[in-house]
Amino acid sequence: MLTYLIRRLLAAVLLLAIVSAVVFAIFFLVPRIGGATVDDLASRYVGKSAGQAQIHETAVRLGFTDPIWVQYGRFVKGIVAGADYNTGAGIDHCPAPCLGYSYITQNPVLPDILDRLPVTLILAAGAAVLWLVGGVATGVISALRRGSVLDRGLMGVALAGVSLPIFFTGLLALSIFSYGLKWTYAGGASPMDATSPLDLVHRMLLPWITLAFLYAAAYARLTRAGMLETMNEDYIRTARAKGLPERDVVVRHGLRSALTPILTIFGLDLGLLLGGAVLTETTFSLQGIGYYAVQAINNNDLPKVLGVTLVAAVFVIIASLIVDLLYAVVDPRVRTS
Amino acid sequence: MSQSTNEPTETGADATAPTGGTTTATEKRPRRGDKGKLSANTLDGIGGMGAPGPDAFLSVRDLRVHFPTDDGVVKSVDGLSFDLARGKTLGIVGESGSGKSVTSMSIMGLHKPGTVRMTGSVKLDDTELVGAKPEQVRALRGKRMAMIFQDPLSAMHPFYTVGHQIIEAYKIHNKVSTAVAKRHAIDMLGRVGIPEPSSRVDDYPHQFSGGMRQRAMIAMALSCDPELLIADEPTTALDVTVQAQILDLIRDLQSEFNSAVILITHDLGVVAELSDDIMVMYAGRSVEYSSADEVFTRPQHPYTWGLLSSMPRLDRVRTERLRPIAGAPPSLINVPSGCPFHPRCAYADRTDGLSQTVRPPFAQTHPGHYSACHLSPEEKQAIWETDIRPTL
Repeated sequence: MLTYLIRRLLAAVLLLAIVSAVVFAIFFLVPRIGGATVDDLASRYVGKSAGQAQIHETAVRLGFTDPIWVQYGRFVKGIVAGADYNTGAGIDHCPAPCLGYSYITQNPVLPDILDRLPVTLILAAGAAVLWLVGGVATGVISALRRGSVLDRGLMGVALAGVSLPIFFTGLLALSIFSYGLKWTYAGGASPMDATSPLDLVHRMLLPWITLAFLYAAAYARLTRAGMLETMNEDYIRTARAKGLPERDVVVRHGLRSALTPILTIFGLDLGLLLGGAVLTETTFSLQGIGYYAVQAINNNDLPKVLGVTLVAAVFVIIASLIVDLLYAVVDPRVRTS
Repeated sequence: MSQSTNEPTETGADATAPTGGTTTATEKRPRRGDKGKLSANTLDGIGGMGAPGPDAFLSVRDLRVHFPTDDGVVKSVDGLSFDLARGKTLGIVGESGSGKSVTSMSIMGLHKPGTVRMTGSVKLDDTELVGAKPEQVRALRGKRMAMIFQDPLSAMHPFYTVGHQIIEAYKIHNKVSTAVAKRHAIDMLGRVGIPEPSSRVDDYPHQFSGGMRQRAMIAMALSCDPELLIADEPTTALDVTVQAQILDLIRDLQSEFNSAVILITHDLGVVAELSDDIMVMYAGRSVEYSSADEVFTRPQHPYTWGLLSSMPRLDRVRTERLRPIAGAPPSLINVPSGCPFHPRCAYADRTDGLSQTVRPPFAQTHPGHYSACHLSPEEKQAIWETDIRPTL
């Protein structure tokens, strides 16, 4: 068990190194291959009226003039041991793990991300509860009423759910419920300003539902397929032969098996979302990690982009580790082998 | 082909066959008169008619189980009757698709509602099960009638311990605490011969060997002392060495619980071990029924001969190849006209075309021995003595 964990952690570190190296390469190598000079890169981070000398000075200050592996090494060293950054006005120490300073705002990246994490966390967690409950329930009902009008109706809605992008459903929801009916905030209502749990729900309900709708649709289809399969298993017949009431047959024997693969996907989806629900956060102007990432990309702000990517990767890795460990809890056959 | 789905052909051909799905146990048939003199025999009535025998704990009369599909009606069971007394074992033998398992699922009420048309009568201790409320049948399942399935690995839930599954079966029908139910589960596991039951009760099915799993399955089925036990191919998925142990176990437990047992199998060797009576099924009907001894010493149906001939014998000198029954079981949508076995029967041409056009009546040939064949008893005796028996 312990060796397994250590092996997984080493693999995770390797994966993070690869991810960050790739982001680094995309950011620096691709423009250079396209013919941009170091000064061209630096010119994005100085004022419009800056002269050639100022641009070059910025390039030197940001370290662009060093070879790329030196720059990457500096980035890795910052994470492991912390780093000192010349902000132009003086030297700032950034303790480990240091994800660097924004080229634009001169702020250290990690505190920025941690500031925005709770918003994304609340958004993802609330939506996850909704889509898990809603999607699974819909899938079970559809499977049990297979071929009925209800089944076809629900699966039709689910198909719409997976097909419609969030910036469509989200804007539609905003236009109806907030601009039309004026039931909720018109976006930008940070969950961090909520005065009570009820207020929190009031602020977040629309983003939650919008995000959950997309996932619930996918989960409903997955659950339906899983239930149709497990309800044909021999052990379901055994459960009925024991005289178990049908409700227990469905929930305790059928759903119990059908949920196992869904758990895997749920963990990965949640991990991925914690790295930023980009479309939802943008549509509802929520200052979460996704929103932050979009801004960073628009501004060519490498340290921010790198930071968000790494944090997102960490979440996905942790989630998949938890899922793998949970799998052994859920399926006893995994435990012994 | 037109005859196959054509009810009138069937009725015209077979005086004993009921005309449709509206039968009841009390419906009298023309053949009934012939059998009146045998009323002392508790097996009277298995020809498809008559009231349940006096000892009958389970009484099936003219059971028809039809599945409507897009291709036509699948007549999986089509007019089946038999009785079974407490403490007795009935072996139901036949190829895949002869309707054995559908029969057992029908008795247990395990067919998915809406997919099946079930008519006739199934009486468990005078309780009518056909047409009963699903909830009423459910309350009987596991308590008064229980079932053992073929493949114990797939028939047990992989995510629950063996003990949990036995406890669950016991607690459905008995209002007891989990601790009491667990003691009962351990007790049951011990009785079916699982060593160290108090520790193995917490094992998962995949941690058991095949034979142990089947024992656990039997423990689960017997946890509420059912009066009727249906074993559907209980040894098919097991090693040969384990098969005999499981059969012994079923026999021992049967004498201990005095339950009625239906043993479903395609293996005549298995029924020879255990059964008091044997029913041979073909195309959803009974083609031969009698005591086990009779079936092995004086089989009356060419299909039974075929089953006997295709049974490997290790205790004889190997003189020639096994003789499998030619052809494949018929489609249950387009059942052949006349005798459903005639396309595969080597003797069908000896009946002056009767086999092709007229369904043979399920008639008594010897006391307590019924079969559905157009060949005369003398002819069958001759064929059996000269063609079949010497080659077995």
